[in-house]
Amino acid sequence: MSIKGKANIVGVFEHPTRKADDKSLFQLHAECARGALADAGLSKNDIDGYFCASGDTPGLGALSMIDYLGLKLRHWDSTDTGGSSYLLQVGHAAEAIAAGKCSIALITLAGRPRTEGQATGTAPRAATVQSAETAFENPYAPATANMYAMCAMRHMYQYGTTSEQLAWVKVAASHHAQHNPHAMLRDVVTVEDVVNSPMIADPLHRLDCCVISDGGGAIIVASPEVARNLKRPLVKIIGAGEAPKHQMGGQIDLTYSGAVWSGPAAFAEAGVKPADIKYASIYDSFTITVVMQIEDLGFCEKGQGGRFVSDGNLISGTGKLPFNTDGGGLCNNHPSNRGGLTKVVEAVRQLRGEAHPAVQVKNCDLALAHGTGGSLGTRHGAATVIMERE
Amino acid sequence: MQSQERKIQAPQPNLETKAFWDAAAEGRLMIGKCTACGQVHYYPRATCPACLSDKTELQQASGNGTIYTYSVMRRAPIPYAIAYVTLQEGVSMMTNIVDCDLDKIKIGQAVRLVFKPSEGGPPVPMFTPV
Repeated sequence: MSIKGKANIVGVFEHPTRKADDKSLFQLHAECARGALADAGLSKNDIDGYFCASGDTPGLGALSMIDYLGLKLRHWDSTDTGGSSYLLQVGHAAEAIAAGKCSIALITLAGRPRTEGQATGTAPRAATVQSAETAFENPYAPATANMYAMCAMRHMYQYGTTSEQLAWVKVAASHHAQHNPHAMLRDVVTVEDVVNSPMIADPLHRLDCCVISDGGGAIIVASPEVARNLKRPLVKIIGAGEAPKHQMGGQIDLTYSGAVWSGPAAFAEAGVKPADIKYASIYDSFTITVVMQIEDLGFCEKGQGGRFVSDGNLISGTGKLPFNTDGGGLCNNHPSNRGGLTKVVEAVRQLRGEAHPAVQVKNCDLALAHGTGGSLGTRHGAATVIMERE
Repeated sequence: MQSQERKIQAPQPNLETKAFWDAAAEGRLMIGKCTACGQVHYYPRATCPACLSDKTELQQASGNGTIYTYSVMRRAPIPYAIAYVTLQEGVSMMTNIVDCDLDKIKIGQAVRLVFKPSEGGPPVPMFTPV
């Protein structure tokens, strides 16, 4: 069974806050839910499916969140793959709807890492987390930045990728963010700005890293029957893929991500090719994340990602692959240190023709949203979603 | 030589990994080997990640390897180099490169095993350029 055409995205919402020091985490989730329902033209009691990630919904699985929101459900899932969870959940919601297990599914994300003062990217992990690998990793002080930096270092060594090429990813994001009034960083930057910003973890500079922001978002996935009775442009899900990648018992290869599996699965289900995609939301925790995923999704040959992203090729209106037209995690927003949900939101804006006019892709009828959650340096979950405007 | 000053979080051995850390305390680095399928693996575990067999044992590594990749964390009280080192035996492991000029570390560089004390736990296997 395929999910192709069996479910639509009928509502999306990105919380405008970037610093929520006056709100609780659960309150933020609820505000996002309310926003997405309003966007869709639905109400709370229409929801019969709920999806979230256990990592940003404290309590047993999703139960505390479901209790707080007062939801009556037929189906739910709180699978956590870090920042890609919400991309995974779009696929899972579509599966549940296709199987008749629910008909209107809500997905929420929220977090307050900025208010809580987390040094998310550079602080080594706490000693309290004890999974099987902990004793073999934590003594070496893996943080987020240095793990992605090791991917970048190897990519440079193996493929000749340069810091200037990585910088182009940030340059493109900044060109888009200047038009987003909610973006944390709205100044357009140059390649020189990026490579001259302070080194965080060799070879990644400060401007190679995403922002740390509070906020959240929500998505509503519904059956085509529900979608057709609403007043919003029709955006249908036509393909989804997911894949974990890990250390493979010590056969470490940091040059590729799980997108090498999730991408082809999504493209096969959708029946389209990378060259058909008009707009792509690509998870941008770091500049290297984008380069690796673009290669792995098949937008260019492996190892050519640095060249592909150069010279403005990701900038809407001038480049071949307009990406993250909201400014992405690098400039706009990285709520709860999890960028997967906002990737879907901007893709839906593009498909509806509701992106900012300065970055709206002309005749955008086919879009992809992709992310990896966890760490490219150790283990992560990759998820790809392909959407089409009807 | 700065990385020597960084406090190293103590690994917490459990029933499955006690033998590995006991060997570390004696200055030996062990990798996992499956006697059912013949594959070596790291980190060592009771269950072979290649075939799911429980016929695994520890095998002493030579302690020689090369740097697969690394990164020097600059935004830390004491900069340090994290790395993956590929051991002569064919598996790669997360580690730190220590006792060297952090600015001269290179991918492909030959390294050898050293153990560094942790904060109240067993010593931790790290590597230094040959």
